[in-house]
This record gives sequence, C-alpha cells and structure tokens, in this order.
Amino acid sequence: MTATAIEHGPEHGHAADDHHHAGESGLATYLENTRRNRLGMWLFFASEAFLFLALLVTRFYLWRGPHGEVVRPELDQFAGLVVTAVLLLSSYFMNRAEVSIANDKRTDFLTSLLITAFLGTAFLVGVVVWEWGMFPGIVKGHLKPTDGVFGAVVFGMTGMHALHVLSGVILILNVWWLGRKGHFSGERHWGVEACAIYWHYVDLVWIFFYPAIYLIGTTIDVPH
Amino acid sequence: MSLFTLGIARGLLGQVLGMVIGMLLTCAVRILLGWEAWAAEPAWTVGAVCSIIGFLLGVGSLDDWLKWTKGIPTPLHHGPPVDKPAWTRYFSVDYNHKVIGVQYTVWGILLLMVGGTVAMIFRTELARSGLQFLGLDLYNSFIGMHGMIMIFAILLGVGGMANYLVPLMIGAEDMAFPRLNALGFWFNVPGSVLLLLSLFVGGWDAGWTAYPPLSARGPIGYQLFFLGVFAIGLSSIVGSLNLLVTLLRMRPEGMSLFRMPIFCWAVFATSLIQLTATQLIGTSFLMVSVQRALGMGFFDPRGILGEVSPMVGGGDPVLFQHLFWFYSHPAVYIFVLPGLGIVSELLPVFSRKPLFGYKWIALSSMAIAIVGFLVWGHHMFVSGYNDILRIPFMYATLLVAIPTGVKFFSWLGTIWGGKVHFDTPMLFVLGAISVFLIGGLTGPILATVPTDFPLHDSYFVVGHFHATMFGGFVFPFFAALYYWFPKVTGRMYNETLGKIHFFIMTPAFWVQTLGQMGVGVMGMRRRIADYDPTLGAGQIESWQLAVTIAGFAIAFGVMLMLWNFFQNAEVGAAAGDNPWRSRSPEWQIPSPVPEHSFPAPLHVVGEPYDYGLADAGYVTTASTGDD
Ligand code: HEM
Ligand SMILES: [Cu+2]
Repeated sequence: MTATAIEHGPEHGHAADDHHHAGESGLATYLENTRRNRLGMWLFFASEAFLFLALLVTRFYLWRGPHGEVVRPELDQFAGLVVTAVLLLSSYFMNRAEVSIANDKRTDFLTSLLITAFLGTAFLVGVVVWEWGMFPGIVKGHLKPTDGVFGAVVFGMTGMHALHVLSGVILILNVWWLGRKGHFSGERHWGVEACAIYWHYVDLVWIFFYPAIYLIGTTIDVPH
Repeated sequence: MSLFTLGIARGLLGQVLGMVIGMLLTCAVRILLGWEAWAAEPAWTVGAVCSIIGFLLGVGSLDDWLKWTKGIPTPLHHGPPVDKPAWTRYFSVDYNHKVIGVQYTVWGILLLMVGGTVAMIFRTELARSGLQFLGLDLYNSFIGMHGMIMIFAILLGVGGMANYLVPLMIGAEDMAFPRLNALGFWFNVPGSVLLLLSLFVGGWDAGWTAYPPLSARGPIGYQLFFLGVFAIGLSSIVGSLNLLVTLLRMRPEGMSLFRMPIFCWAVFATSLIQLTATQLIGTSFLMVSVQRALGMGFFDPRGILGEVSPMVGGGDPVLFQHLFWFYSHPAVYIFVLPGLGIVSELLPVFSRKPLFGYKWIALSSMAIAIVGFLVWGHHMFVSGYNDILRIPFMYATLLVAIPTGVKFFSWLGTIWGGKVHFDTPMLFVLGAISVFLIGGLTGPILATVPTDFPLHDSYFVVGHFHATMFGGFVFPFFAALYYWFPKVTGRMYNETLGKIHFFIMTPAFWVQTLGQMGVGVMGMRRRIADYDPTLGAGQIESWQLAVTIAGFAIAFGVMLMLWNFFQNAEVGAAAGDNPWRSRSPEWQIPSPVPEHSFPAPLHVVGEPYDYGLADAGYVTTASTGDD
C-alpha cells in the first residue's frame, strides 16, 4: 500500500509540541514518546519493505526471455545514473540537516533541508520527464505503461518509489517551514529525525530498485 | 443538537462530497487531455479514492495532524466531549482506547449481520436445485460479498478485542499512539461503504479471492472492492503497528514478556502478521487495479508481440496467486490467533487451575505466525505452477499441525482435573475447541496433494474453512463478548438466554460444516448457483436443505445474543467488579472501567495464571508507597 502523509511517523508532529513542554518531567515524557515514535517508524519501514519486496519479486518473476533467462528492457542508462546520483547526494544533505539541528545550527539546518528538497524534486523531474517521457515534446520516453510486463513493471516500480519521494519532499518542505518559524531544537527534533530516516529509507529502496531495473539481465528489444 | 455534531454523519457527508469532487476532477482532466469527458471506470475509481479522504477529513480524524503541519500543538483531550452528550463520543473521533475498542466491536457486529444476511439469501437459493431467484452473476457477487464482509467483520472484531483489552491487560494508560488508533478505526467505515457500494456498480463476480483474468475484465465494482480492501488494509497496518509498540514499550515494570496475560501474546503474533503480510494483498489488488485502469499488463498473458511465438513480455496470472496468498494464508492466522488466545485466556479462569504450559502456548503462536508465511502454495496445487513446488508446500503445511497440536494439548491439560464452571463464556470456549478440531482435522486432508486434487474448489473447502474460522474466531469472539460484557457495561447478561444461544448454535454449526463437507464430497463445486440434484445418489438436495436450515438457526442464535446484550446493557443486574474471579489486571478495577483505567501504575508480583494456589497474587493496583 502506498504511504500517505499520515503514516510517515505516527505522531511525528510531536515536533510541533517541541516548545511547549518545559522542565525536566516534560523532557522525560518527550524522550519516552520519541522512543515509541522511533519504534513505530521502524515497524512502518518493516511493513513497507514487504511492499517493495513484492515489486522486486514481480520484476524477477515477469522479466524472462524466451528461454527463461533474466532480461531487462533498454532504458536510458545515462538518465538512470544521473537520477540515482542525485538521490544519493540528497541523502547526504538530509543527514547534514539532522546533524545541524542537533547542534542547534539553524541556518545550516534550513539550507540543507532546502537543498535536499531541491535534489528530491530534481529526481522526480528526472524520472517523470526524462525516463517516463511524460512530456514527449521535451524528451521522448522509451516505454509506455502498456508495453507488456516491461512497461508495467518499470512504471509500477518507479511510480511507487516516486510516490514515496514525493511524499518525502512534501514532508521536508513542511519541516523546513516549521523550522523557519522557530520549531525544533537540539534537544527536541523528532520531527526532523523522522523526516530524515524516512528519506534515507526511500533512498535505500532505490539502491535495490536501480540495479533491478537498469543493470541486471540481458537487454531485450521491446517493440511498440 | 443537529445530526452533524456526530462525527460519523460528517464523515459520510465528506465521503459523498469526496466522491463527487473526485469524479469532477477526472472529467476535468479528461477534457484537458482532449478526451471524452465521462468515462465510468476512471471516474468511479478516482471518486472512490477521494471519498476515503473525504470521509477521514469529515469525521475529523486528520484534524490533529493537519494542525501539526502548521505547528499548532494539540493536547490530548481525555473524557467525554464537553459540549455534547456523553454518548456522542461513540459516534465521533475519540482517542480513548476503550471507546475505540467498543467502536471496532460494534462496527464488526454490524458487518457480521450484513454478511450473515447476504449468506441467508444465497443459502435460500441453494436449498433447492435449479435457479430460484438469484441470477448467476448476482449469486457470485453475493458469495464474494459475503466472504469479504465477513473478513472485514473478523478484522474489526479482532481489532475490538485487542484495542479494548491489551492496554488494560498490561496496565497501560492507553495505546502508544491514540490518534493513530482512532484513524485505524475510522478507515474501516469508508472501506465498508465502498465495499457495499460496489454491488450497485456491477458487483464483482470472482469471489473474495478476485483472481485475474476475470477480475481484470469484470464490472467496475471491482475497483470499489479493491479500494475498500485497501482502506481496511491500512487500518490493519496502523492498528497492528500501534499494538506492537504498546506491547513492547508500555508494560509495567516486572511484567516480562512471559508474564503477560496470554491473550497479549496472541495479539503480538497476530500483529506481526498484519503489519507485514497485509502489504501483499494491497500490492496484488493494486496491480489488478492499474492493469484495468492504465493497461499495465502484469497479469495479462498476451504480451507485446501478440500472437508471435515465443511470447515475450506477457504477464502471468499465477503471479497474482502467489502475491495474494502470501497475504491471505497468513491472514487466516490473523483471524484465529486472537480467538485461540481467548480460549487460552478463559480456560484457566473457568477451570480454576493454572494454564498448562504457558510458555509453550506463547511460543506456539509465534511458531504458527512464522511457519504460516511459508505455506501459501497449498492454495495453488492445481494452479499450474511448477510441479516440484507442491512437495515443499505440502510438508510445510503439515508442519503447522505441530504448534496447533501444542495448543490443543495444553488446553486439555488445563481443563484436566479442574473444577470446571460451565458459564456461557466457558461453553463457547468448549464449543470453539470442538469446532476448531473439526476444521483442523480437515486441513491436512486438503494439504495432502493427492486428496486436494478432487477436493479443491469444492464445497469441502468451504466446510473446512467455516469450521476453522468459527472455531478460531466466531465462537471465541462470542465467548469474549459474554465474558467481558460485565466489564464494559457493569451489568450481567441473562445466563439462561446465553445458554440457549449456545445450545442452538453449536449443534447447528456442526450440521452446517459437516453438511458443507458432505455436499462437497458429493461433487458440489464452490461459486456455482446451481447443482445437479442427482449428485450423491439423489441425496444432495436434502443435505443442502439441512445446511440452509442450520444457517438460519445460527442466525437466530446470534440475534438472541444481541437481544440479550441490548436488554441488559443498561438495566441488567449489577455485575460487580470481578464476577469471574479472574486474576487478570482488567478485573481488579471497577466495572465499567473509569476514564483513566488505573489509579496508579501496576505492580507485578507473581505469575498470571496461578489459579487455585494460595497467596499467589499477580498484580496489585494500589500504590504501595515505597517508590
Ligand atoms: C488455523 C485455522 C485455519 C483457517 C482459518 C483456515 C482457513 C482456510 C480458508 C479460508 C481456506 C479457503 C481459501 C479459499 O477461499 O480458497 C482454506 C483452504 C485450505 N486450508 Fe485452511 N485454514 C485453517 C487451518 C488449516 C490447516 C491446519 C491446514 C493444513 C494442515 C489447512 C489447509 C488448507 C488447504 C490445503 C486449503 C486449500 C484447499 C483448496 O483450495 O484446495 N488449513 N483454509
Ligand atoms: Cu492456507
């Protein structure tokens, strides 16, 4: 099932309460809540892993040549490499954002978030415009969704992943906006942490998807 | 007070608006693309997605999160709403797990009644051969509908028991994520509405398993059905996540995992399955849905080279079966593990003896959950997958019998030599064991490849799974309803009516399930509205009639139970705090349970099931003052 913004981290918005608990016992509650949130988040990842595994299984089950060999369609290798690099780079800036807020460096935090969101958007544009060919006036894509199992699986896998990237970008922008208004601190920034681990998770998924779609198997010509 | 002070009314309005907006949106996009404005299937599909969101916004279960995105803090409100009558909290978003537990249970019972009514309709059709009043397609829509509604009802019943009981049993003030808990419940309402709505846009005639290629070509009803299942699936995922965090992080000091009430172990194992496997039914249905909507040929064998051979790029319907059963076999353990937990929970109370082999029961639930992931192929012996696969799937399936047997023996060991009290809950527990035994014994017959060949897709399978699901869920669920009714309402149900219910329902159920198996062996197939009256040497019609009559008797028994509860919820005899002399934490506090269940943190001082041993306490709720 797809991720919706609600699922990202149960109660991740506790971040919003960051400034409203004061004192020692407030902090203890906050820390215990964060431990629960963290566990919830990891369980959510475990759940999502099954969705992505199902898609990987589908890919290896369906992409078979006439003699049962593992095959893949011809895609734009350059596009694949570029979007992958962009996404991996974005994870670095996400990490920088988290480290910055942990050290109360707000300006760095905000800048890094914006860079992450920008790179995430670049990834999305790369996939949708370059690889999918959504706007044939700009770039003509290689495959259509209706091109048998090749179209179905490429669009299914990249589509499901893109949906997660999109929700991640929205989340990052939300955190950025709250951060600008003065939310989060070195001590209390579960909202940022949730956003960061979600982003790394989505990245990790791509590390499995990219070779499955672009690298493994012999290429096969897909007629239209 | 207007109707729209009730969250559910606002939600349903939101659902209608969402549907309309979604449809208009689809038309608008199509006009922009230069296509014909109206196309029924995309309009209904997008409309249905928007209708789920519309409901959630309308009912108000997203309010707090929306505020968080704007940085507005939202302290949790405890207690009934301040400006409305107290009863309205049951019809609106409420964050107390006891309210949510009741909401789950009541919604589950409602669905049970709807699903039962559907079953009575097609059972009447089957009482005689020939077609009486249902057409072939409508009949098939009805059996699928019956199956899926009942699955929803079971998931809701499981959610109800888990949400109400788990925090009480571990002495937690609430679930770990109260808002997520409410959301988990409210997903179910738009989901059920979509499922019922699907009947009016053509229905879906492939049964609850919805195999392509039929489901990829049938009426629009399939899309609504898929989305309804999606909503329920999301509920399962967030609900189980919440339960796992609650169980792992909110136990009181001293309550190690092996000192939890045994029901908590059942919920733990169930939640692990729900959290992970549910994704697979979602994915497989989503794939059929996009195959229909966008022409993505996951399961369409035609391929891109069309008639040219060898075919390249063709999809495979068997893949759907793998993905689907990877959820749907473990799902049967979602249905039964909590029920079996109830059996283990109640037996010691009514036998006044310690639970025999606590650790073994706890671990057998985990073992069933884990092995359950490795046996899905037993539904596919005749699907045409690689022959070799049949062998490991057969042996893996037979392996499940071991942990299941462990449970049976420890139940027997618990009753053995006990001072057994035959109150209604205990009767239902014993009924559950007898019925589950019938179901469990027919499992290996189906799991053995040569015997499955003739029995597959016959009514024998129908008999098998009704016995397992009644024994594993329905009977224990009813036992739980009778048992915790005094805790929830503070009143006692009528014991005589309860016993009558039991003595009508149990023999009727035996007739029903054995009758289903019997007609299956005679050659009656599943999912066919008509049958040959000469089957079974001309006996089949009388067997079918017996099954139908038994079905009506069960329905009558259920009505009796609901009437009993309805009558006594407000005016029944006061039950007292602990009518069953249970040791479990929820019985050590007043009935009905106050808003904040426990006045002070629990102290765990002993083992949970030491019934009959002198001076052996389990928990104390009073603060002892030394900390
Ligand atoms: C734990 C309780 C159980 C439940 C709730 C349960 C439920 C079900 C259900 C719902 C089906 C039918 C699925 C369909 O619609 O096609 C089914 C079929 C089957 N069950 Fe069970 N079952 C249980 C236990 C067992 C056990 C213990 C075994 C074997 C040892 C078993 C073996 C099978 C087999 C092989 C089939 C497939 C029959 C066929 O379609 O040919 N089940 N079960
Ligand atoms: Cu199974």
